[in-house]
Formats: sequence, structure tokens, C-alpha cells
Amino acid sequence: MTMTPDAPQLGQARLRKEDARLITGQTTWTDNIQQVGTLHVAFLRSPFAHARITNVDVSAAREQPGVVAAFTGADFAGEQGSLPCAWPVTDDIVVPDHPPMAVEEVRYVGEAVACVVARDAYAAADALEAIEVDFDPMPVVLDMEEAVAEGADLVHASAGTNKSFTWPFSAGDVEGAFSGADVVVTRRYRQQRLIPAAMEPRAVVCRPDGDAFTLWSATQIPHVLRVMLAMTTGIPEHKLRVIAPDVGGGFGSKLQVTAEEVLALLLAKRLGKPVKWTESRSEGFQTTHHGRDQIQDVSIAADSDGRIRGLKVDLLADMGAYLMLVTPGVPILGAFMFPAIYKMDAYSFSCTGVFTTKTPTDAYRGAGRPEATYAIERIMTELAHELNMDPMELRRRNWIAREEFPYTTIAGLTYDSGDYEAATDRAMELFGYDGLRAEQRARRDRGDTVQLGIGISTFTEMCGLAPSRVLGSLSYGAGGWEHASVRMLPTGKVEVVTGSTPHGQGHETAWSQIVADRLGVPFEDVQVLHGDTQVAPKGMDTYGSRSLVVGGTAVVEACDRVVDKARRIAAHMLEAAEGDMEFSGGAFTVRGTSQPAATIQEVALAAFAAHSLPDGVEPSLDADSTFDPENFSYPHGTHLCAVEVDTATGAVRIRSYVAVDDVGAVVNPLIVEGQVHGGLAQGIAQALYEEAVHDADGNLVTSTMADYLLPSAADLPDFTTDRTETPATTNPLGVKGVGEAGTIASTPAVVNAVVDALRPFGVHDVRMPCTPERVWRALSEAGSGGGAVAGSPTSLPADSRASAPPGASAYDEDEGGAQ
Amino acid sequence: MPHIRVTVDGVRYDDQVEARQLLTHYLRERLGKVGTPIGCDTSNCGACTVLMDGLSAKSCSVLAAQADGHDVTTVEGLASDGEWHPVQRSFHENHALQCGYCTPGMIIATIDLLRENPDPSDEEIREGLEGNLCRCTGYANIVRAVRDAAAQMRASGTAPRFVSEPGTGVPRQAAGEGEPLRPAARGGAA
Ligand code: FES
Ligand code: FES
Repeated sequence: MTMTPDAPQLGQARLRKEDARLITGQTTWTDNIQQVGTLHVAFLRSPFAHARITNVDVSAAREQPGVVAAFTGADFAGEQGSLPCAWPVTDDIVVPDHPPMAVEEVRYVGEAVACVVARDAYAAADALEAIEVDFDPMPVVLDMEEAVAEGADLVHASAGTNKSFTWPFSAGDVEGAFSGADVVVTRRYRQQRLIPAAMEPRAVVCRPDGDAFTLWSATQIPHVLRVMLAMTTGIPEHKLRVIAPDVGGGFGSKLQVTAEEVLALLLAKRLGKPVKWTESRSEGFQTTHHGRDQIQDVSIAADSDGRIRGLKVDLLADMGAYLMLVTPGVPILGAFMFPAIYKMDAYSFSCTGVFTTKTPTDAYRGAGRPEATYAIERIMTELAHELNMDPMELRRRNWIAREEFPYTTIAGLTYDSGDYEAATDRAMELFGYDGLRAEQRARRDRGDTVQLGIGISTFTEMCGLAPSRVLGSLSYGAGGWEHASVRMLPTGKVEVVTGSTPHGQGHETAWSQIVADRLGVPFEDVQVLHGDTQVAPKGMDTYGSRSLVVGGTAVVEACDRVVDKARRIAAHMLEAAEGDMEFSGGAFTVRGTSQPAATIQEVALAAFAAHSLPDGVEPSLDADSTFDPENFSYPHGTHLCAVEVDTATGAVRIRSYVAVDDVGAVVNPLIVEGQVHGGLAQGIAQALYEEAVHDADGNLVTSTMADYLLPSAADLPDFTTDRTETPATTNPLGVKGVGEAGTIASTPAVVNAVVDALRPFGVHDVRMPCTPERVWRALSEAGSGGGAVAGSPTSLPADSRASAPPGASAYDEDEGGAQ
Repeated sequence: MPHIRVTVDGVRYDDQVEARQLLTHYLRERLGKVGTPIGCDTSNCGACTVLMDGLSAKSCSVLAAQADGHDVTTVEGLASDGEWHPVQRSFHENHALQCGYCTPGMIIATIDLLRENPDPSDEEIREGLEGNLCRCTGYANIVRAVRDAAAQMRASGTAPRFVSEPGTGVPRQAAGEGEPLRPAARGGAA
């Protein structure tokens, strides 16, 4: 595509600037960074899910070839502090002490208990074997319901309970809504535990520079990490520089302050040498935080014509063994999304955070919102079935109509804009809804072994995290603003500094498009700088589909300030009144004349030379902005999925998938489409493939890429994607955020389709992931009339021990006992 | 310690290596060829894929010592005369990468796939790339990119560059047992 410099960039499918280095291997992943004299760190990790450490002796490890030092948790007890939780959601929340290296007790398999530092990584790994460590095993706590029952074994004895917190919310007359309703549907849904599995493993390098430190990490949050490292270790913040170089995906898993980052810093400090640690994949599966893992009890009350009266949600959320950076906040983010796009009179929500002896959970793509969307979109489909109504018709009767925006939901959020009708009409058209329903009837009529199912998901989400005052009211420890600076260099080129740190989202391209339009400079003349707290000193980083909405707005505002300053200088240069200056296409014109009189590049040079500036105007042409949004943004869309289910084998095949998303205005449609695709893959994977499974001793059974089913190209369909555009009214770009939409929408669309295919057989639910074995069992149990899992939706076993994937033999043994 | 002579991206190296050192570590740590990343420890992800005598191999499953006498091409050696390989270009043009961590392996695996099958269907592409995982793209654009590269290469008559004469490459067993190279059943294109 050829582009003249002054053609508008916004909305163009510009190819990405980032690609050149990524496709030629000129990358700086953290593990690529080699500092002279680097020492390599390896961690000895607990093989027990819960045990007292009775003895750790690293002296023999110190004697191994190549080993420089070895340490136990006790060696760092005085300075390692406790890994931070920045989101204590209630005043009385239990936040247990969380030493980066365990000192007295371990509470999940993989927790670090000692480390070796050696001249190369092989030597460090070898020497771990020489460490002597004795554990006294303690009772494991794996099941959330058992964990909160009377007399349960405790994860943290000193807390006296496995409940971390209970967070309630209520609006409207909930009991009235339920008692006056014609129909009440109650269901239990299980959000299985997932492993985020960014393709780049975590890695950290830390180099001492005198009394200061430079720390490179595969992190989404260099700015937050710097603050938290200072608070955790007591090393002054101004002595810390944190760099996120090229980062290979995150999906929330790198929105964290990890034990290894804290310890790398302390080891570099203690040894006075650069240190490096890179996780192996299996180590990462055990120790990098997991996601989801909730038991959702949901009830919906409606009139016989389908009008929703009320919704009740009761959650148990597995925190794992400790609260990490935003662990408790994840289900609370979901609290506001259960009412979704629907109008209702009353809503109540309660969430209890539960400790178990498993890897801590935390943010994973969507963080709280996919869980909520799943539950509401599944139960809406069940309600439609109870009412004998088309599931789309039920949604139409309840959603917020286009003319009702802005609309304040029962959960208290004000949706600024949306057009559910338009997105749905477009999706139905692309999908061929009526034709597929006809085929479904035909297959049902002729008793085809392969049945067709149609699944619907009409969703919204809260993005653009977030207004700082709202985060404050929810007890989050930081704000939600974002920073940008835009500087014109003397030669007319532009540097943009953003606090929003990308890890695959294409900020360099999108930000260049924004700046090119705003300043009227060529796209190629813009350089985007990020990810280094020395280069980009202020920022809140990348998560929660916030980059463009919040960070992009900061870029727009900084550009506008640059133009304002340039206008004063240009007026001075041209001896014209400031009010007579018009700016377009990168040049100033004096009103009433036709010839551009000064380009912004000429103004930049004049501002640099500073020979003649108007009074009170400082040399140089640059400006900053720190933008704090007033509201969230609310992308929405309609996703439709058709699956073929082989009733003989239980195999599910996605036949077609249509996603029509409304993410507001679009800066780069190519990037938006890519984000939707990737999101769909992860959401579909939750529906069909992925689950972190533990055995009865708390070992992660799915601890390698061979056991945890990350979908390959052969496991996923092609997608039909399209968009409607209802601009956000709360930011100048009109954008809403797209990073999480696909994941949030797709999981319920797929499961609704699977259940729809099996409905004639009496199946009303299949627990995720809908593996062939689960589908087959749901069918055979429904067929035999006594299916606890399939036939009686309120009695789904919650225990993950009952969730054996095919072939997990440890589970098969356990399963009977667990029920 | 074994002594090896290996050509990597057109440059000959003579080195003593530890017997147990993996090719991927030799490339990254010894030669500084860090363009080839590591994504797993079970040979599942494909991030580390390189060409050995023109055939794709997961460099985490090959010992450095086994590369003795062979010709290795990494993603860093694909461009020639400042021109990207058609597969690199089509990954860029089809937005077939986001974070880019899987990309070197994906591109190399694609080159081998197109050597075997210059005109693959979507299904053949998806199955052919099964050994390479991507967590970002959902694969749709990768499939598009492969299809596009195949068309371009067919149109321009691009012989699979950077590939030694098919059939004269390293015997499969040279890479050791296990499954360092893709199954022999797929290697019949020569
Ligand atoms: S690093 Fe995963 S296959 Fe080699
Ligand atoms: S682009 Fe990130 S893993 Fe493929």
C-alpha cells in the first residue's frame, strides 16, 4: 500500500514496524542478554505441595565444579521481604507472608527453597543435586469446597482459615426479584485452572552498577516492577532501573512481581556480579502464576416472556497458596460484568477467595471478565431453553437498546456507547443462522451420528483500565493513568515515549500512526521508545486492554500540546497573530493565505536553535501528557459458533466461527484482527483443550507442553471476523480496546454450541474443557438417565480431582473417591 | 570434548564443545546466534527450529556434537543481499506474528514445508506446522502467510534457497535418536 505522507494514517492497515527485527532474529529477548562475567542461577524447588522444611544444607553444592555460591531461604530472611499483593480487596483480607525463597514451610509444588549460582547454567543445574533438604509433609488442600468447610486442613495455620476474603455486592431488591419471577434457573459452572503459557519463558538478568542496579526482565510491567522491587527489598527506587526488552507474550502471566526477580536483584547485590535466570518450560508451568479456577453458582430469575428480573452470583475463587500482585482483584473485576449487556432489576454477587496448596493464580487474558461472561452467556442459553425460546431472541428482549446509551447497569457501570443490534445483525448474516438451524433440524430428524450445535455469545467487557479513582475505591494500590511524551528533534524527526510497555501488541506501529496524523509527519519519521524506566520514566504498563485507550490518548494529548507550542513559535516566525495560524498536513498557514508558510519541521529547528522565540516560550519542541480516564471503555460484539459433535466418539469439530466485534474506532485494522484471532484461540482452548490438572498429592500432572494441550494450527479453525464501529465517547480517538475481546467472547460461544448439539439427548452441560471423553461421558450418562455431571446441572463436582483428562491415570483412580 | 566443524549461516566454525551441549545452546551462547529462541524443554514448541542441510530440525533436540560436518541455517541467515526470504516477507505482509517469539521457528518450518509441498492446502499447512506452537496469533494469519509465500515462490520460480540439494543432506540418523528431525515419512520429497 503506498501512502503519501499526509494521507490519514488512522484506520490504515499499516504493516508493523516491529516485524523487521522479529522476522530476522535481531531480537533482544531477556535470555539473549549477555553481560560480561554473568553468573547463572538455578533454584531447588519443593517436590511437596505442603511441607515443613526441617533442614536445608547447601554446603556440598558450594563445592561443585563451577559453583560460585549457594543459598537457602534463611540466608535471605532478613532482606527478601514478602512478595507484594497490591490489591487487598477488603479491609479484613488475609494476606499471608510470602517469602520469595521459602524459609519454614512450602505450600505448592515448585516453590523455591534454595538456589545455586554458578559460572554456567549447566553447572548451576547440576549442583542442585548436591543440596540436602528434608521436608516434613503436611496435609494438602486441593479442593475449594473442602477448604472452606469446618475443620479443614489449613494452608496457612496462622491465619486460622483458608478463606482470604469475602467480597459482597448487591443492588436492587434481589429477593423480591426472585420471589416474583415466573422462572428461576440455577446452575453451577466450573472455570477450570489454566496455564497462560506465553511462548517466551520468564527470564531475568540483573547487573550491579555501583550502588545501583539494572534489571532486565521478561515482564509486562517494568514500571510497576521497579516500584514494587524497591518496596519489597528496601533498595531505593532511584537506584533501580528496570528494562523490559523484547517480551514474547504475556497474557497476564508477566503482570507480576516474581520471586525470581526479587532474588536476582538480591543475588546481584550480594555477589556484586551480573546474574541471570531463565525458567525452563516445566519450571514455568509449575511456578508462573496460573489463571481462572472458580466455582460459579449462578441463579437467574425471569418472567415467562423472558424479561430478566434478577441475577445472583456466588463464587469460590482459588487463590492458590499465596496472594500475588493482583490475585484477589481478578474475580472482583468480574463482579461488574455478570449483568453483561442485559437490563435487570436486581443483582447480588459474592466472592470468597480460597487458599489451596497450589500455584498462585492471578491475571490471565481477560482476568475476571471471561469468567463472568461465560457464566451469564451459558445461563442465558439455559434460560432460553427453559422458556422454549430462541436464545438470540431472549438476548434481544433483554439487552440495552442502541437508543438507551449511555446506560448505567445494575452493577453501577455506565456504558457510554454500543450497538448490540448492529453487531448481532451482521454476525447473523455472516453466519447464516437460519440455514444452520435448518441443517441442525435435519440432522436431528434423521438421527445423524454427527450432530450440529449452534452457540451464541453476545458480550461486553470493561476495558481501558482504568480510572484511578475507581481503582482507589476498589482498594487497588495504584492508579490507572498513562503517560506519553512527544518530542520533535531538530531535524524534524519525532520521538514518542510511552509508559505503556508492549509485548506483541504493535504499539510502535499504532503510536506512529497516531503521531503521523496528529503532527502531519511521515509515519516513518516517528520512533517509539518504551520499556526502560530510564527512557520512559513514568508508566503503568500494558494489561487490561488499556494501551490504546489510555496510553494512546496520552499520545494524542501530548501531540496536541506540541502543536500548540509550535503554533506560538510559527506565529512569531511569520509575524502573524497566533489566532490566525491554521495547522494541517504538518504545516502552518496564515489564515486567508493559501501557501503553507512554515512546516512543523521548520518550527522544530527554530525551537532548537532558539535564536528568536516568543516571550515565555522555552527552547525545544516537546510536550508531555499523563492521562487518567474518566470511565472504562466497553467493547462488545456477537460471536456465533457452529460445531459438529460426533456422538459416537465425543469429538468436537468447530465448523464455523463468526466474530463481529465493536471495539470502537480502529487505528490499525490489521492489528485489531490479529488481536481478535489470538484471543479466539485462547478462549476456544479453554472451551475445548486446556486444563491444569493436579493429582491427589497436589502435583501438577499437566506440567509440560506434552501434557498441557496448547492448541496447534491443526487444532483451530479459520475465523470469520468483521467489525461494527460505535466510537467510544470517553476518549478523543473513540477507541475501546481489543486485547481481551476474543478470549472473553469465544469460550461460552463454543460451549453453548457443544451443549446445543447434545440437547436432544438430555445433556444440559458439559464441563470444560469439552474433551471427547467428557462429551462422550455426558452423553452416556444423560442417556442412562442418571448422569450427575450431565443431567443435573446443579450437582457438578467442583473438585478438580474429578476433572481427569483422558489418560491421566492418577485421576481415574481418584475420581470415584472424590465424589 | 568433541571437536566440531560446522557451518552456520554461511560461516565455518571449528569448536570444542561439551559432549552434552545442545545445538540450540551452542548457537545461542557460543556463536551469539540468539535469533533462535528456546520455548520449551520437551521438543514440543518448535521455537528453536533451524535448517540442517536444508531440513528442519528442532535445535533443542540435537547435540552440538551431532552438527559436526553439517550446514546449519538459522533465521538470521535467511535474508540474502539484504533481501528477505519470501517467507519472511509474507509473514510481515500477512501480520503472521505478534510477539514474534515463535516466528523464527515458524518461518524455518514453513520453508521446509514448502520444500516438500510447494502448493499446500490450508489443511496441509495446519498439519505441517503442528510442531510449532504460537500463543499469540491463533494461526489464521500464519496459514495465510504460508499460502501467500507458496504462491509467490511458485510464481517467481524461487527454488528453495538456503537448502542444500535435496537428498544430499544429512542422513536422518545423523541427528541422533529421538525425533530431532521430522519423521522420515515426511522426508520423501527428494
Ligand atoms: S525449544 Fe521447544 S521444541 Fe525446541
Ligand atoms: S507471535 Fe507470539 S508466540 Fe507466535
